[in-house]
Amino acid sequence: MTKNVADELAGLQLPVERGCPFAPPAAYERLREQAPISKDRLTSGGEAWWVSGHEEARAVLTDGRLSSDKRKDGFPLFTLDAATLQQLRSQPPLMLGMDGAEHSAARRPVIGEFTVRRLAALRPRIQDIVDHFIDDMLAADQRPVDLVRALSLPVPSLVICELLGVPYTDHDFFQSRTTMLVRKTSLEDRQRALAELRAYLDDLVTRKESEPADDLFGRQIARQRQEGTLDHAGLVSLAFLLLTAGHETTANMISLGVVGLLSHPEQLALVKADSGRTPMAVEELLRYFTIADGVTSRVATEEVEIGGVSIKAGEGVIVSALSANWDPAAFKDPAELDVGRGARHHLAFGFGPHQCLGQNLARMELQIVFDTLLRRIPTLRLAAPVEDLPFKTDAVIYGVHELPVTW
Amino acid sequence: MRIKADTGLCVGSGQCVLTEPAVFDQDDDGIVALLTDHPDGQSAAQARHAVTLCPSRALSIPQE
Repeated sequence: MTKNVADELAGLQLPVERGCPFAPPAAYERLREQAPISKDRLTSGGEAWWVSGHEEARAVLTDGRLSSDKRKDGFPLFTLDAATLQQLRSQPPLMLGMDGAEHSAARRPVIGEFTVRRLAALRPRIQDIVDHFIDDMLAADQRPVDLVRALSLPVPSLVICELLGVPYTDHDFFQSRTTMLVRKTSLEDRQRALAELRAYLDDLVTRKESEPADDLFGRQIARQRQEGTLDHAGLVSLAFLLLTAGHETTANMISLGVVGLLSHPEQLALVKADSGRTPMAVEELLRYFTIADGVTSRVATEEVEIGGVSIKAGEGVIVSALSANWDPAAFKDPAELDVGRGARHHLAFGFGPHQCLGQNLARMELQIVFDTLLRRIPTLRLAAPVEDLPFKTDAVIYGVHELPVTW
Repeated sequence: MRIKADTGLCVGSGQCVLTEPAVFDQDDDGIVALLTDHPDGQSAAQARHAVTLCPSRALSIPQE
């Protein structure tokens, strides 16, 4: 069986090309049917466990014996080469790559910024931001409009800028560098983008240390000073994580969510008829597209038994959230976009202690954007056939490069 | 039913608050705070759902 699985996956590069046009590749389904967790050969060399079942994915992502530290031997680097690995090892780790107490110490001080209550207080401001960009769309003298430039990117970028205290006037700079980082470009391009972003955020954090403002970083700095230790490098890493993850992913989900709704008229009608359905529609769209696939990898620090297989210490594990979110054992008829299904148990934000820090901010932005867009531009439609849209098959995070819409 | 929350395991994802705000809250630091540890009726069913959604397995239903 190991050989079959290796043959199936040998040609796959993440993110995979999707068919129909959104379904995961047929190989995903075949692999999951053979075994929800199976060993395969990586295109980068070596072997790793490929986790494609929903239950098994949850088990892997909640097991403390599986490490998130990319610098450890055996960590599966599905798309990375040796030079990139070297680069990874020389970087200060982000929260994503930490384990146990170290991870907890980095995450705990920040989660108070993302509580459901704190985010609810941001709702009116986010509504204003969405309305502002839709005003501009409606005032445009030409159609079609590219929704990515007009709405998908600006909304989450401005929201995260205000939350973090990053000047929005710098958006072209950080958006273009982030795009470069998640795109499958040359190592040199990615290294340059990373260095430029870190230098920019290093300056920003330094300025904030001398003049703390009433924003997330002002509060983190005040908190750290109270506790007696200012961790400058840690703050730069935090800024990097929150700024990049805070706009690129949400932007892709806004665009794809609109594509999903506009290309399923009966589902669109349900959401238009009752905005009370929007939160569940958002969960279903998150499940259906699962834009961050294969980004949650682990390496075993000791022997672990999961899904009937024994993962030995030092062996790598790759969780396919896309495959898990299309597992019929967890979601009946997964290929159907069904905004009424209870999809809250999807793994689009991951699972376990690393589950997305900003998930409830993303949920709120998506809900407000979809509701406002459909209410204010009820005749909105795609200005190109779905199959002609430039999907991001060249990036680590799935999305669409451009989205022509008209009304 | 009785519900238990382990604040040491909580990672502040807020899934429980989204699922059943009548039972779960978050303190200012984002950590789970129970509004009741004996939910009943519809709240009990929702609290059970929250247990399955908790990413850090901080919620549990102790056997009575």
